[in-house]
Amino acid sequence: MTESQLRNNEAELIKSVCAGEREAFYELVRPYERMIYATAISVVKNPADAEEVAQEAVLKAFSHISAFREEARFSTWLVQITYNEARMKLRKARPHLYESIDHQEPNEEGDLWPKDYADWRPIPSELLEQNETRQAVQDAITSLSPTYREVLVLRDVQNLSIKETSTILGISEPNVKTRLHRARLLLRDRLAPGIDGSWIKGQPYRKARAW
Amino acid sequence: MVRKEGEMATIEISCVEVWREISNYLNEEISPEMRERMEAHFKACAHCTAVLDGTRNVVELIGDGRVFPVPDGFSKRLYKKLQKSP
Repeated sequence: MTESQLRNNEAELIKSVCAGEREAFYELVRPYERMIYATAISVVKNPADAEEVAQEAVLKAFSHISAFREEARFSTWLVQITYNEARMKLRKARPHLYESIDHQEPNEEGDLWPKDYADWRPIPSELLEQNETRQAVQDAITSLSPTYREVLVLRDVQNLSIKETSTILGISEPNVKTRLHRARLLLRDRLAPGIDGSWIKGQPYRKARAW
Repeated sequence: MVRKEGEMATIEISCVEVWREISNYLNEEISPEMRERMEAHFKACAHCTAVLDGTRNVVELIGDGRVFPVPDGFSKRLYKKLQKSP
């Protein structure tokens, strides 16, 4: 389906939802379940909270569907609602922390120096079938500060554009680029020790690289 | 050095300059001139090539979709909630 077909299709479904057809809303949201969940977990970090946030966001989208403006993509709108819900949950759960998270501005001046120069071979896709690998990657992502994590998840996990990311997070486009760049380099450094197998629990240190 | 007309010399850049642009390079968000300079640098610098390959791997790894799997029963529970909503 092309972008315009998708949009037309979604516009039709939205009309049906507004006319009271609840089933149409299921159809509208179904392709974006993963996207909603990944957005939620990138902010709240734990799966149970992420699921709750995802549910709240979908309910909110349903009750506010008439507020959706067609100049935006439906997926972007959904992600934005999810993102707001997730932040609200964080604020409720940890008001003292929220303040510092929200205003924390990592030093974005100066250059980031890579710590590791190991030569990585291409990663075989089968590696992600392993729970340990997925967990290691998840842990590396959640260990990033929220400022970097959110940009990384929207851009590289969800494949949203720079413009969409900038709209959702309320930051400038150059800022999206800078944060993404730093997030990728930081993540690379955090995952690098793992390529010797050291992050796989119970695995002895291996000289041979996992990929 | 004798250069043909219209031919530009590739101006060398430092590793630090390369790192600054690695993310934009992967996203193809750099000028053709910068791309050419970076590629010349990668040919000569194993460290920067390692940083480039590692960063590309990381981008592929996290974009895979299997990194944040939706929990079992997620859809079911979601639609149940929706059905109950007013």
